[in-house]
Amino acid sequence: MTTSADRKPRGRRDLLVSLGVVVAVVACVVAGGLLLDPAQMRPSAGAPLSPPSLRHLFGTDHLGRDMFTRTVHGLSLSLAIGVLTAAVSTVISAVLGICAALFGRWVDGLVSWVIDLSIGIPHLIFMVLLAFVVGGGIPGIVLGIALTHWMSLALLVRADVRQIRSAEFMLVSRGLGRSPLFIAWRHVTPLILPQLLVGFVLMFPHVILHEAALTFLGFGFSPQTPAIGILLSEGMPHISSGMWWLAVFPGLTLLLVVLAIARLGDRIRTVLDPATSHG
Amino acid sequence: MPKLIVLRLLRLATLLAGVSALAFTLVHNSPIDPIQAYVGADVNLTDAQYAALREHWGLDRPPVEQYLAWAGSIIQGDLGVSTLYKIPVADVIATRFGASLALMGVAWLLSGLLGYALGVLAAIRRGRFADRAVSWYSYTLSSTPTFWLGIVFLVVFSVWLGWFPVGLAGPYGVPAAEVTFAERVHHFVLPALTLSAVGVANIAMHTREKMTDVLNSDYVAFARARGESPGQILRNHGFRNSAAPAVTLQFAYFSELFGGSVLAETVFSYPGLGSTLTEAALGGDVPLLLGIVLLSAVFVFTGNVIADIVNAALDPRVRRRA
Repeated sequence: MTTSADRKPRGRRDLLVSLGVVVAVVACVVAGGLLLDPAQMRPSAGAPLSPPSLRHLFGTDHLGRDMFTRTVHGLSLSLAIGVLTAAVSTVISAVLGICAALFGRWVDGLVSWVIDLSIGIPHLIFMVLLAFVVGGGIPGIVLGIALTHWMSLALLVRADVRQIRSAEFMLVSRGLGRSPLFIAWRHVTPLILPQLLVGFVLMFPHVILHEAALTFLGFGFSPQTPAIGILLSEGMPHISSGMWWLAVFPGLTLLLVVLAIARLGDRIRTVLDPATSHG
Repeated sequence: MPKLIVLRLLRLATLLAGVSALAFTLVHNSPIDPIQAYVGADVNLTDAQYAALREHWGLDRPPVEQYLAWAGSIIQGDLGVSTLYKIPVADVIATRFGASLALMGVAWLLSGLLGYALGVLAAIRRGRFADRAVSWYSYTLSSTPTFWLGIVFLVVFSVWLGWFPVGLAGPYGVPAAEVTFAERVHHFVLPALTLSAVGVANIAMHTREKMTDVLNSDYVAFARARGESPGQILRNHGFRNSAAPAVTLQFAYFSELFGGSVLAETVFSYPGLGSTLTEAALGGDVPLLLGIVLLSAVFVFTGNVIADIVNAALDPRVRRRA
């Protein structure tokens, strides 16, 4: 059992370690995406289907493209899409959550209904439907993911805002004739920012995993794009003939990146709100 | 209880109306032309033929009217005709859903039981090796792409060890009717294992938290002071208080399970509803896609209702409130 006196510093130290790991991983991926020679991704950059070696760390695929370069590019694409979609999703949750809590029963009922509806369809099915409707491509992926991850955070925001809406400074502000929009933006938003930050970071792993899943199923990018899902689905036919490196490395690196970010999210939450601490 | 059921049915009705309206609006505004999708991209229609088809299917009528006509025929059990398979959507779903249900059912049960057991173990041995192992496993698995885990299982168990076949629900080239039960099971193990391994993480972490709360509670401290042994405490207080939330969580997991089965079925080319969904969406088969979307919504809803009922049965406090 840790006492409350020594828990806080430890939580902070853990958080800093996690943050350091994530920053290092992201920096490596971004640097790799910028520095690695794109020529390595062209066909016949090496012998086709050669196993991992010093020259090709993750081996090469059936066209002789370097898997390491493709994987790093895939990861930076995943991160970029992850940041974009998680940010859009967070904004949607914030707007809908605040509206539901501040703008009266009608809006609340409507938002709750939309949330129930969106939770009622399995995540992945909803994403496939949206990607299908938009007609695939990057817009399909981005919209499909951004519009399906806001629900649980919106519920948290709504609950938070309901707690602060009867605070005295809010009543005073309303009494002074401030508009609801002013209250929402100047009073409420700053107070829920920590919640939004935690929500954003915790959403990130889901978003990246779902992006990979969608591209794996064949929605989204054109086949020559180095996205993790596409690398894996291209590798599928070669697995049965023993080309394990095509399948193992891209997924493993994705797993490590997601794990690092998920850890960071949990630790931020622990530090900001010790009540939900996982110990 | 009857009042609860009526309320639930009403909710299901509004939910389905909402989902179908949403799906219809989305698809209606999509750039995909249903007529071209039906006849195939390589067939050129004259303007007259095109107009005739539009009229035949009522695509020239206003959207609201189209939606009502579509919803009306769904209520009568007619989901339309799949453009890929050229047979009624209801038939496609009926033949595929069984395979998916078997897969999801086994994975659900396995992951639920194993996850609960591991969660309890972690809570009892909190901070020790068993707890670390369970936590580490859960963390890692919840960051693992489901389909990648399936691929790794394929590499290890099918290719390296040769224990299991690489895909499909039966041996390649053998008619479905002649596939024996043993062969079916043989092809079934890896997809079920993949789904179960992923499902364990969620329930184990949750049970670990819940059980820790219970073991740190005042009533357990009192029970210990009365001289109850650790085994008695678990039996009398631990299981009862941690089982209800675990069961609720596991039924709420229906949604993730359905999504997971789409991925697992695609990896193992298992002919269930999940791989059919991918085919339908990639092949522009609107009626089949919408049919599966609606079915998945009913599936998730059913899970939530069962969770409520089980919760009421296990927890007298909930029952009194209802």
